[in-house]
Amino acid sequence: MTKLLYYPGCTLKADAQHFEESAMCALKELGFELQELERWNCCGTVFSLATDNTMFHLAPLRNLLRTREEGGDKLFTLCSMCYNTLKRANKLFNEDPEKNDKVRKAMYEEAIAYDGKTQTLHLLSLLRDEVGFDTLKNKIGKGLNGIKLAPYYGCMLLRPDGLGVDNMEHPRVFEDLIRAMGAEAADFPFRAECCGSYQTAQQPEIVAERTRLIIGSARKCGADAVAVSCPLCAFNLDQRQAIAARLHSDFELMPVLYITECLCLALGIEFKEPWKAFHYAPVDAVIRKMEKKA
Amino acid sequence: MKGSPIKKIGVLICHCGKNIAGTLDIPELIRGAAALPDVAFAGDYKYMCSQPGQELLKEKIKEFGLNSVVVAACTPNLHEPTFRKAAAEAGLNPYCVEMANIREQCAWVHQNNGHSATEKALQIIAMMVKKVAQNSPLFEASIPIVKRALIIGGGIAGMQAALDIADAGYEAILVEREPSIGGHMAQLSETFPTLDCAQCILTPKMVSIGSHPRIRLLAYSEVRGLEGYVGNFKVKIERKSSGVDWDKCTGCGICMEKCPTKVPGEFDRGLGKRKAIYTPFPQAVPNKPVIDKANCLYYKKGVCRICEKNCEARAINFQQEPQIIEEDVGAIVVATGYDLYSTENLGEYGAGEIPDVIDSLAFERLLSASGPTSGEVRRPSDGKIPKSVVFIHCAGSRDPEKHKPYCSRICCMYSTKQALLYKHAVHGGQPYLFYIDIRSGGKNYEEFVERAQSEGVIYTRGKVGRVYQEGDKVIVQGVDTLLGKPMKIEADMVVLAMAMQPQLTTPELRRILKITTDIHGFWTEAHPKMNPLGTTTRGIYLAGCGQAPRDIPDTVSQASGAAGKVIGLFSQNELPLDPMTVYVEEDLCAGCGLCVAACSYEARSLDPQKRIVLVNAALCQGCGACMIACPNGATIHKNFSRKQILNMVDVLT
Repeated sequence: MTKLLYYPGCTLKADAQHFEESAMCALKELGFELQELERWNCCGTVFSLATDNTMFHLAPLRNLLRTREEGGDKLFTLCSMCYNTLKRANKLFNEDPEKNDKVRKAMYEEAIAYDGKTQTLHLLSLLRDEVGFDTLKNKIGKGLNGIKLAPYYGCMLLRPDGLGVDNMEHPRVFEDLIRAMGAEAADFPFRAECCGSYQTAQQPEIVAERTRLIIGSARKCGADAVAVSCPLCAFNLDQRQAIAARLHSDFELMPVLYITECLCLALGIEFKEPWKAFHYAPVDAVIRKMEKKA
Repeated sequence: MKGSPIKKIGVLICHCGKNIAGTLDIPELIRGAAALPDVAFAGDYKYMCSQPGQELLKEKIKEFGLNSVVVAACTPNLHEPTFRKAAAEAGLNPYCVEMANIREQCAWVHQNNGHSATEKALQIIAMMVKKVAQNSPLFEASIPIVKRALIIGGGIAGMQAALDIADAGYEAILVEREPSIGGHMAQLSETFPTLDCAQCILTPKMVSIGSHPRIRLLAYSEVRGLEGYVGNFKVKIERKSSGVDWDKCTGCGICMEKCPTKVPGEFDRGLGKRKAIYTPFPQAVPNKPVIDKANCLYYKKGVCRICEKNCEARAINFQQEPQIIEEDVGAIVVATGYDLYSTENLGEYGAGEIPDVIDSLAFERLLSASGPTSGEVRRPSDGKIPKSVVFIHCAGSRDPEKHKPYCSRICCMYSTKQALLYKHAVHGGQPYLFYIDIRSGGKNYEEFVERAQSEGVIYTRGKVGRVYQEGDKVIVQGVDTLLGKPMKIEADMVVLAMAMQPQLTTPELRRILKITTDIHGFWTEAHPKMNPLGTTTRGIYLAGCGQAPRDIPDTVSQASGAAGKVIGLFSQNELPLDPMTVYVEEDLCAGCGLCVAACSYEARSLDPQKRIVLVNAALCQGCGACMIACPNGATIHKNFSRKQILNMVDVLT
């Protein structure tokens, strides 16, 4: 069993508990144990692009420092936003001497100085680079054969270029994972389309329109469900279907599943009853179909 | 000391109008220069490079019996040849003339500090006086010239250069990698802005190449090695194994008819099929087939041999080996051409995975009467006639962050042409163009764009952000930056005007030819303005898109220009060599060979008998790298010895 230092972030303890639980179940089956960082704080939520807002990068860097304090050099994340802010803040720390200086000075009360050496590791990179899709495929066998999933990346997994888990314009990692699970990956043109992000708080109608577009595209591709890995995308694409349905009488609901939930099903792990309550669009039918296959 | 025992040095100071005299104190410089050792005369003139200035130089050489001259003026890059020529006319060896650069290196950079600048100028003059005192008269040697040219690349550039050189009476060897000459131009439908049929203007030239008594065409061949120097190159050429004895082959074509294996053809950009034994297209020159060994059943599995059975001329030879031939040539024209940047690189446009999103050369094949659809525009996925086609300019060009920063120069015009031809071919069809700027600089080009606009081609200024498949439509999402509005077009087909890039084999050829490329891999010209046809190696010239993207008229002009350079070279019987080279003091050379490795021009070799280094004066460029490498000081640069350099340094200390 390989231990991974794990940074959950806020959503995984609130709206995305089923993401965390399903990830833990699936990874355990693959030989990984997630060990939560003892002290962790907010990831910073949105990577600050303002030049004078260096202080906003303190939050992610502190988490990276905690990793070093606990003797780790890799920090595992599930949430795309956490992945993005942690990784970008580290790049800034390592490549911008002026900001590095400022941040160091602000962290003078820490027990040790941060050395910039914590790598942030995302679930998809772990499965691709450390487990390997071929190994996974062999383990899973037929798996979700006959199921068509629409892989939805969102933005934070891929952008900016060079930091994402895959090619920003033409990503393949999600599709490859879905195929390794025995399912068919829909050639889904809206897979990296913006979900509307935090507009969901102030103007949910904007997000509902994005959702209608993205879900509609997945439906045109013949997908059984949309697979996501970002809690914000999941929230927007799933919960905001309620508004989309209210605004458009022809809108049909589509299940939105975390990739880890799909992975559990592919590995023959039971889909836990409490996870269902987190979903807005009904998932029972698709889960029954997937369970039958696996 | 070599040369005349008594030095009589003349110093002539140029005012260069106010360029020099505006900052420096000329009378002070004359006084200072006249006081320097060995200086017999110091004087000045307003413009030394002018006719009266040169006359003054000659006059003083004769009047004072000067045996060395320093002209204190501008950079030697500009006027050293001028003054050396003038001195020679007065009977002085031209290599006893040096220039002291008191303009670029002094007056221009110290305009607000005339007093100190004058002091510095005097030091510069004193250094050159010290140097010239030890210059020896040098004499140009000459070498014979092999009057035969090698042309690498059989596209329109290489063909034009070969024809011009051969028509001028010299032999030309044309080497083409593919089975036929013709290059990309042979793939084109019609050409802008006149809409001439490309085949109609190209194929007669191809035939002339094939039948010219002074052109030796080596198709399906590649240059593998090069030695020697201007006038005397030795080139190794591989005649690749085609599996067909071309001397016996009559070009009847029965083998191609009978061959059972069909594969996507490169010439049709994968849109049409060819056989495993093939000529790229029916008008190929030479009209002889080659066997594609990766796909031929005999080479793959040892079976079939149908072509062999059907060949009456008994030309099929599966055992044929590649053959290396050696040729002597005096000059080389590099005309390696371009390729298109792959659509796979553009993820936002489908990464080459959407069947109805094709590159511009593939669309040329769909427009061409001899193409896979016989000139009917039918889309690749289902063969339907597309009712709307979107042309995206700058696909990979003008994108410094992700792709190619440069403008590929011809895409605006050929996209316009393609849109127009599509409109002529498909009545009621609607072409849309997305452009950043319309670059229509060229004779009758802007008028051509106007014509396309008036005939209903819709131009949208803006970039396309994404192209994706939805049902049987290709959805194009972009922005109209003039209206500031997002755009969405449901198209039947998309044509990407992909960036032009040099042939991917350029680095290999660069290693063989030892000429340079820029960061994009395009061949570098000797000087962008004053010598755009030459390279850093004398005797090697450039033509066509291997040097930079350009259209057909410019390519043909450039190829004729390169041919003109070769013809000019060949019009001499012997080639004078610059004597400013190095020599080796045999007594001092230990034969360590460090200088052999230091030489970038392969001008040095170790004499196996004498165990000392030999210098090939024809190859030596006088760069001096060997002099620095030599631990014994055995390598001496003519008129740039260590002693001369140290003497110059002494002046400053």
